[in-house]
Amino acid sequence: MAANTNFEKYKSDGSIPGNVLEWVDARFPATAMWKGHLSEYYAPKNFNFWYFFGSLALLVLVLQIVTGIFLVMHFKPDASLNAAGVPVAFASVEYIMRDVPWGWLIRYMHSTGASAFFIVVFLHMFRGMLYGSYRKPRELIWLFGVGIFLCLMGEAFFGYLLPWGQMSFWGAQVIVNLFSAIPLIGPDLSVWLRGDFVVGDATLNRFFSFHVIAMPLVLIGLVAAHILALHEVGSNNPDGVEIKKLKGENGHPLDGIPFHPYYTVKDIVGVVVFLMVFSCVVFFAPEGGGYFLEYNNFIPADPLKTPPHIAPVWYFTPFYSILRAMVWPILGLDAKFWGVVAMGASVVIFAFLPWLDRSPVKSIRYRGPIYKTFLTLFVIAFVILGYLGTQPPSYWGEKVSQVCSLIYFGFFLLMPWYSKVDKYTPEPERVTMN
Amino acid sequence: MSKEHKVDCGRRRLIVATAAVGGAGAVAALVPFVSSMLPSERAKAAGAPVEVDISKLEPGQMMTVEWRGKPVWIINRTKEMLDTLPKLADAVADPKSEKDQQPAYCQNETRSIKTEILVAVGICTHLGCSPSSKFKHGSEEGMASDWLGGFLCPCHGSTFDFAGRVYKAKPAPTNLEVPPHMYLSDTRILIGEDKKGA
Repeated sequence: MAANTNFEKYKSDGSIPGNVLEWVDARFPATAMWKGHLSEYYAPKNFNFWYFFGSLALLVLVLQIVTGIFLVMHFKPDASLNAAGVPVAFASVEYIMRDVPWGWLIRYMHSTGASAFFIVVFLHMFRGMLYGSYRKPRELIWLFGVGIFLCLMGEAFFGYLLPWGQMSFWGAQVIVNLFSAIPLIGPDLSVWLRGDFVVGDATLNRFFSFHVIAMPLVLIGLVAAHILALHEVGSNNPDGVEIKKLKGENGHPLDGIPFHPYYTVKDIVGVVVFLMVFSCVVFFAPEGGGYFLEYNNFIPADPLKTPPHIAPVWYFTPFYSILRAMVWPILGLDAKFWGVVAMGASVVIFAFLPWLDRSPVKSIRYRGPIYKTFLTLFVIAFVILGYLGTQPPSYWGEKVSQVCSLIYFGFFLLMPWYSKVDKYTPEPERVTMN
Repeated sequence: MSKEHKVDCGRRRLIVATAAVGGAGAVAALVPFVSSMLPSERAKAAGAPVEVDISKLEPGQMMTVEWRGKPVWIINRTKEMLDTLPKLADAVADPKSEKDQQPAYCQNETRSIKTEILVAVGICTHLGCSPSSKFKHGSEEGMASDWLGGFLCPCHGSTFDFAGRVYKAKPAPTNLEVPPHMYLSDTRILIGEDKKGA
């Protein structure tokens, strides 16, 4: 037998568990995977607060899948009216809330989990931007991440239709109609997406299918690719220094520590704190002040009446504001088409970050004032856009969102220039601890 | 050695041909799946015309009926409402209804068969929300002080006049759609069919 098979590498110590493991290792890379991804995956020793959000995103993913499995046991994706004149889907959510034992808890965990997912993922992405985690050689990690973010937006959008409330219905109506703005194929495309000429039972059923099977499968695949790519090149850190450049006699990075037990234990602290906050929301403010569960969604869907004020859920509002900011027809195409293009571009543009950034250093710690100013403006613009997206359309809202959209895109499109001319201090050889 | 490593071109061509046929088959297999997402035969058949009795619709009132899952408004416009239309010729994007958003028999100043009765699909041509009625003048409806009455879409702020014509520089690209309809009698309208062409 060749020396590099698992049979040779992992020898039993003679105990019964050791013998079992040896038997398994000869047939499946159990120990090899454990070592490669946990006990001998060397992560930089200077991870700070910002590095909690990756593992927290994984936690929320698991939480959503588990609560989702139990919700599907009681939910009915059916838009027809029951004997009481209420849509069956809406009634089944009320049934989960009122009659299913502990159903309210599972449902609130799932609905709060959706918002928590976006909070955690936004912070995780911002961490990447702070420390240049998207830079070479981590471009693919970043691209898989952008894919995850897109999937997550799809997953959230499909899921939001399911309770079949007023916001579900009119939100889906608006978003599906966005596709009708595409020249030539648009109107047919939106009919194909809805499966009917209006948002109806066919739409509800297919969104259910996408939400519970198609999107989660893609999401899990992308998360696996994201982590595999990360473990291939190794983690970045707050100093943006490559720890693999300096290795000790044992061949391990001098500034690296095994992920397990050091970061598994550290992440448990993050998990506990996260669950404390999460529980507070689930038990005391599950509607999140009308931001996590919008008040109009407690009214069954009515295809004849749009609520007086409709807004997307908070995590879509920055992008929605960018859509609304486009009010000029260009090149003979409707403003609505350009709104869709701008909104799409505002998400996809993140994918280009690795190639837009031309700074000699990765981390914000060693970057100059121009980048810091642009990043600060970007964050402010993002928050203002998010706020305006929750508000009804207004004259000043439109003007402000146009300025903020300009800043938003300016941050990305001017980056090749300002990241290059900006001052910087050279990165240290080793990571810093303070 | 050299013999073993030479590419067998005949076999290579066979592999390419097999892969091409297999690929074409895989693409063809997409057709039923993609097609299954189109509106079903039942959905296509569901567009039956709707008959509406408007005998109780007083001047200034509006009623909403469902046709093909969409709200259809029927508004009995007062003289005052109709008088606002000529004043807005410069304020609306398509004053003469030149874009194909109505049957030919409604391509007139009031966009209707009978002058006072407007029949329109109550779906904003921007992204499909249903506009709310803002019939009163100016700030009584929380609108600008020069507002003459009409409709406001709550989603993106498009405004329409009493003929469903969209105001200029608003997100909605066209006027509200006037569905095909005809009068069965003086007070009964059939929405979705216009055999007589009005």
